Amino acid sequence: MEIIISILAGIIFAVAVYNLLQKQMVRIIIGTVLISHAAHLFILTMGKLKRGQPPILTEGITSYTDPLPQALILTSIVISFGLTSLMLVLAYRTAKENNTDNMEQLRGKPNE
Amino acid sequence: MNNLAIFPIIFPLLAGTILAFTHSNIKQSRSLAKFFASGNLLGAIYLVYYVSQNGTIVLETGDWVAPYGIVIVMDMLSAILVLTTNIIVVAAIFYAPHSISMKQEKHYFYAFFFFLISGVSGAFLTGDLFNLFVFFEVLLIASYALIVLGGDKVQLRESLKYVLINVFSSILFVTAVAFLYGVVGTVNMAQIAERVQEVDQQGILTTIGILLFFVFATKAALFPLYYWLPKSYIVPNPVVSAIFAALLTKVGIYSIIRVFSLIFVHKLDMTHDMFIWIAGLSMIFGVIGALSTNNIKLIIAYNIIPAIGFIMMGIGFYNRAGMSGSIYYLVHDMIIKSALFLLVGIIAYVAGTSDLRKMKGLINSYPLLGWLLFLAAFILAGIPPFSGFIGKLQLLKGAFANGEIVIGLIALGTSLLILYSVMKIFIRGFWGEQTPQQSIDKKSISGMVGPVVFLLSCSVILGIGAEFFVPTIDSIAEYLLDPQQYIDSVLKE
Repeated sequence: MEIIISILAGIIFAVAVYNLLQKQMVRIIIGTVLISHAAHLFILTMGKLKRGQPPILTEGITSYTDPLPQALILTSIVISFGLTSLMLVLAYRTAKENNTDNMEQLRGKPNE
Repeated sequence: MNNLAIFPIIFPLLAGTILAFTHSNIKQSRSLAKFFASGNLLGAIYLVYYVSQNGTIVLETGDWVAPYGIVIVMDMLSAILVLTTNIIVVAAIFYAPHSISMKQEKHYFYAFFFFLISGVSGAFLTGDLFNLFVFFEVLLIASYALIVLGGDKVQLRESLKYVLINVFSSILFVTAVAFLYGVVGTVNMAQIAERVQEVDQQGILTTIGILLFFVFATKAALFPLYYWLPKSYIVPNPVVSAIFAALLTKVGIYSIIRVFSLIFVHKLDMTHDMFIWIAGLSMIFGVIGALSTNNIKLIIAYNIIPAIGFIMMGIGFYNRAGMSGSIYYLVHDMIIKSALFLLVGIIAYVAGTSDLRKMKGLINSYPLLGWLLFLAAFILAGIPPFSGFIGKLQLLKGAFANGEIVIGLIALGTSLLILYSVMKIFIRGFWGEQTPQQSIDKKSISGMVGPVVFLLSCSVILGIGAEFFVPTIDSIAEYLLDPQQYIDSVLKE
């Protein structure tokens, strides 16, 4: 199971990087969303997907799931959620002020 | 007294929260911000004293014993970096009211400013790799708000790129932490170090180390990952640029120092030898950038990159002189870069432009400003007896101790070119006849010069009082070269 999820995370990474390398702003933002999903999926896989009961002490159970990756993902999800909304607003304002959403045209002029 | 260690994180966080509520009353915000910044500085001074007397403070939050809980570790390295941060913060807070517009101050400038400081202090103090990521995000999110404050066309354009590159490298950071967790099963830095040592840093661990290096090198703007830095650092207000240049890239380089002196130290030929070459290339390309432009802000922004190269060089040598040179240079560079950015902010303000070709003869109206820039250029380039010289001397000692002659020569050549690139501002901007227009509208800059004088005098003291500072920094270097001390103080075995 871990192998399959790892491959899935790898595919999402590849799709995300492809999107990050596009010229349109919204596509780039979709790329960052996807790449954060891939990273989160990957953290989950690193703690092994299912290897026991929920991590609450109960009598008669010896194997528990590792709670740490889940805690890490929660933190990371919240951060990437906030950042995505910030980036959408920023991209909207940038596109409005500069009259383009094409990154090629946002390079700036020489000797500015 | 363990709880002291969290003071530099909690206090700015509280200050930022309070300032967020008083944002509409500018006068009150200003005096509160000055009060909080000074209080934080006093706290940091006391902490340095306390750590130098009693050794490393380890705070296990919520009494969860390390390695299970989150630990805050304040050793001497973190303590002096927190102190330097707070010195710069005080200067920036006193400079800010003269530099930024009332509208920007109203839009939560002070609140974000203190959140940024909280993140920076947290990154210096944490003993947990995942928490390092969290504090990176705290400081980055505050920096996203500060860089876009004002909302110009150019500013929006450059901030978008800045945000994108940082989001991408943060995601890589999380991925690297996940890899490391998969291999060693912990995120506590001391325990990671212990386990990496046990397996003698096998191939996969070195790979993860390089991935982490890639992340930190992006934040620290090392060759070839510096392309995002110069343009995005010149668009915000000078006081924001100064804080970014002094703190953000330095947090990246601090993380490299920490991780590559504590965890990945068993395959020096794979990692640290590469650092030396990256350091050399950073110096060369950074200084070429500084020479290539006529924009005074861009000249100073490009000068960040060779400085990072100098610090990196000492880490690459991984010997006592090299490490102590790196730490000394790190402290020196934090102070002088913020002073230079603030100075250039004043120059651009009085000249009404940041294009060197359009300004001349400023020394007639602003003699003090000219001589301050002259002094700052000397300190930056490392003319004895100033602080840049002491740092470079230590670094070159490290280079010759390891027999790395070529990199030593590159460093010396780069220093000369750095001096030239800053002197260019002095010669072209301050010499010559001033236009009649300039002498008519002379602007008052007394409020802005004060903080710069304060920073430059700190820098001069750091250089002239080297006799007093160098033994402490040498002992930090020795402490870093022996990772077991850090591990023992955290895991208490």
